[in-house]
Amino acid sequence: MPAHPDLSDRRSAGAERRSDNSGDEYDVDGVVPATVVRPTSTEEVAEALRSAARDGLRVVPRGHGTKLTWGMPPSGVDVLLDLSALDAVLDHAAGDLIVEAQAGAPLAELQRVVGQEGQRLGVDETVAGATIGGTLATQASGPLRMSTGTMRDLLIGVTVVRIDGVVAKAGGRVVKNVAGYDLGKLMVGSFGTLAVVTEAVFRLHPRPEVQRWLRVPVAGAGEAWERTREVLHSQCVPAALEVEWDGDGGGLLVLLEGREAGVAARARTVIGLWGDTAAETEAPHQCYPWDAAARGDDRSTATKLTFAISGLADVLRTARAAPARVRVRGSAGVGVVYAAVDGSTEDVVATVRSLRETCAGHGGSAVVLDAPSEVKGAVDLWGDVPALDLMRRLKDRFDPDHRLSPGRFVGGI
Amino acid sequence: MSEGGTGLGLQAVAARATELLSRDGVVTERARLRTYECDGLAHYRVTPGLVVMPETAEQVAGIVRSCAEHGVPYVARGSGTGLSGGALPHAEGVLIVTSRMRRIREVRADDQRAVVEPGVINLDVTRAATPHGYYYAPDPSSQQICSIGGNLAENSGGAHCLKYGFTTNHVVGAELVTPQGDLVTLGGAAPDAPGYDLLGAVVGSEGTLGIATSATVRLVRLPEEVRTLLVGFGSTDQAGAATSAIIAAGIVPAAIEMMDALAIEAAEEAVHCGYPAGAGAVLVIELDGAAAEVQQEYDEVERLCRDNGAFEQRLATDPVERALIWKGRKSAFAAVGRISPDYIVQDGVIPRTALPEVLAAIDELSGTSGVRVANVFHAGDGNLHPLVLFDETKDGESEAAEKVSGAILDLCIEHGGSITGEHGVGVDKAKYMPRMFGADDLDTMQLVRCAFDPDNLSNPGKVFPTPRLCGEVPGRHKGVHPAQDAGLAEVF
Repeated sequence: MPAHPDLSDRRSAGAERRSDNSGDEYDVDGVVPATVVRPTSTEEVAEALRSAARDGLRVVPRGHGTKLTWGMPPSGVDVLLDLSALDAVLDHAAGDLIVEAQAGAPLAELQRVVGQEGQRLGVDETVAGATIGGTLATQASGPLRMSTGTMRDLLIGVTVVRIDGVVAKAGGRVVKNVAGYDLGKLMVGSFGTLAVVTEAVFRLHPRPEVQRWLRVPVAGAGEAWERTREVLHSQCVPAALEVEWDGDGGGLLVLLEGREAGVAARARTVIGLWGDTAAETEAPHQCYPWDAAARGDDRSTATKLTFAISGLADVLRTARAAPARVRVRGSAGVGVVYAAVDGSTEDVVATVRSLRETCAGHGGSAVVLDAPSEVKGAVDLWGDVPALDLMRRLKDRFDPDHRLSPGRFVGGI
Repeated sequence: MSEGGTGLGLQAVAARATELLSRDGVVTERARLRTYECDGLAHYRVTPGLVVMPETAEQVAGIVRSCAEHGVPYVARGSGTGLSGGALPHAEGVLIVTSRMRRIREVRADDQRAVVEPGVINLDVTRAATPHGYYYAPDPSSQQICSIGGNLAENSGGAHCLKYGFTTNHVVGAELVTPQGDLVTLGGAAPDAPGYDLLGAVVGSEGTLGIATSATVRLVRLPEEVRTLLVGFGSTDQAGAATSAIIAAGIVPAAIEMMDALAIEAAEEAVHCGYPAGAGAVLVIELDGAAAEVQQEYDEVERLCRDNGAFEQRLATDPVERALIWKGRKSAFAAVGRISPDYIVQDGVIPRTALPEVLAAIDELSGTSGVRVANVFHAGDGNLHPLVLFDETKDGESEAAEKVSGAILDLCIEHGGSITGEHGVGVDKAKYMPRMFGADDLDTMQLVRCAFDPDNLSNPGKVFPTPRLCGEVPGRHKGVHPAQDAGLAEVF
């Protein structure tokens, strides 16, 4: 599709426009955009969207593209909205424990800025290079979610641009605030299908003085749950409680955070519970069990499994018994783990189905985040989605013509 | 329509209600209807057209479906303790009271979850979980009588939300009756349900997006150690500085509450809580967690308070002393009734660092207007509850108090804060929403309303100053709506 004349004018507004169609850099899971627009402000995003609206163009927002292949490929992309130039950490109010940043700011950069004052945003960088906006849109989370939650819990204010180019804000710059609808929550995990987030305000937490990881090997699924239960029910206040699991067994890891004396005392409690095979260990190197840098058919089928906490043993058993190879890593302590599923498409699909059944039996779900295109074509990525009708109605209000990230999300939204 | 139940639509809903509910679950007599005319904010009063008291989700759905069919507005009400008029009835509508839906369906300690019905009292969730070593963290001051359904609608906070978060962080699932009368499940026992976080939008939407008929809530492990400290300061400035120093030291107490001299005087008179005599301000600081950690934090807090001018520090060493300290704080609103016949409770929020500046400005407002203001607040998160005192029987006092009250909210907005931290917008603060949000912001929020409730029947007139006309086709406005024509509504 030819670029709209108005979009060509973006350059005059300060935005950088590309149209060399360099598919390998700017494609969205294989779908190549006709035009790339790189706005530098919320107002430029609004202009770009207004302009796209005039011609009925389909738009996909992008940060650093580290999770752009998650979800289904869009049904089409006329304009790729590259938000990486909106990369400023705008304001860190240390005394108020809040930070305001643009959506394209790298999470690591934000952590560096707030870290200078001994603070942190309580969310892990699950994929190297991730931006604020991408982390928010996918609700990506790592081990820390056990103590500080996810973007859902940390986002306190948001600026969005609607598909019709209208700029709107919700929330604010204070943690405690119940004025108006919490639009931020709707944006978190929406895969860029409701509106384009351009700025966000987050609550921060103090960075702990001491962090210590302990690991205990586990052989069986029942043992993994027993170890999990012991820690959850103890008084050792874990900041994270992770499980690692592949065909041959695995381990449980606990993160203790706080002050030196307190952490030491709680580490003794954990060792008392877990026994002599428990030992101090280094922080895990990655959040996900798959290679996040893999592309195309080299990708594992990356799956997010959720369940009521006590469902852990069943989930691990299902993973072990599955026809495909399944490696699991994630937050046993909250009932959210990730599985890398590898094998023939047929085996992968069968495995996703059996994991889905087990998770559903424990009040949760199995969502395929990313996968080779053949797998994406063979399995419903999202599984059963309750209240889908309401979600469609919401989408229809925000994006009546279905031009924003079309087809990427649940139910073809 | 002044007599309840005379409208045709309302009559039809009443008839349907008598089919659906037991006989005593439908109230139509004027005298009994009047007992529901207000919630915790008693100066707004409207007698509902009809009151129903369903016992099951299916009954709620049936009533709502009937309302949708006949175009009758409805309002959900839990215990009626809200402080923003969020449960103010509609004169030509139905008040759906959830107080008969009081079952705690499940307590699953291993999953750290409980499933409760909307009429369950907040504190009863904790009572049910305590034998298992768990509790329900959100603790509004009214927790002995307020309901989970109301908490969910208002996204209630409480003293301990500084560390543990608000209702929205603790409700992980809900069964919702949509404004069409459908029963849908949002979220569940597991986190991160696929799709849009509709639950996140519903919690805190003040009953405008539907009625929750059950909630799945997180249970939190009871802490090993709790220390409650009462600290007396010469001034609110000193107490504020101590608060900032504690936060800057990287300590996140479970709660930091402040009361100024006038609030202390009232509390003392009402409940004899034994707060330090002559204090210009007190802080109630609670630390909880693992024992070793709490000891270390306590030492630090004690020192930081001393460094910032504390003249008395009292540590509660047993549950009775702890309860007495909290009694002074939690009864503060009611206690103010002892020193003033009438008062307005405000609920503004400011960034914590703006505290000294804002308190000085409130002081000045009070001085120039002659209206007394007692300050009680969640100092840790900057949530102010100024109590603006007046005597309704005296000429002009009520108007003067209202003016001061509005000016305080302006101060909060000027400092980048919010008009409400936990009480909600309701009917009371809807008029202040345009001071905090622009027309486009409010219009965008109302897109959510239109998706859920295009006919504007679920708790109409709350949250938004002006209803949005939703239109048949999303995003496209056709012709002029009769209400718009009559000047009753506008399209942004």
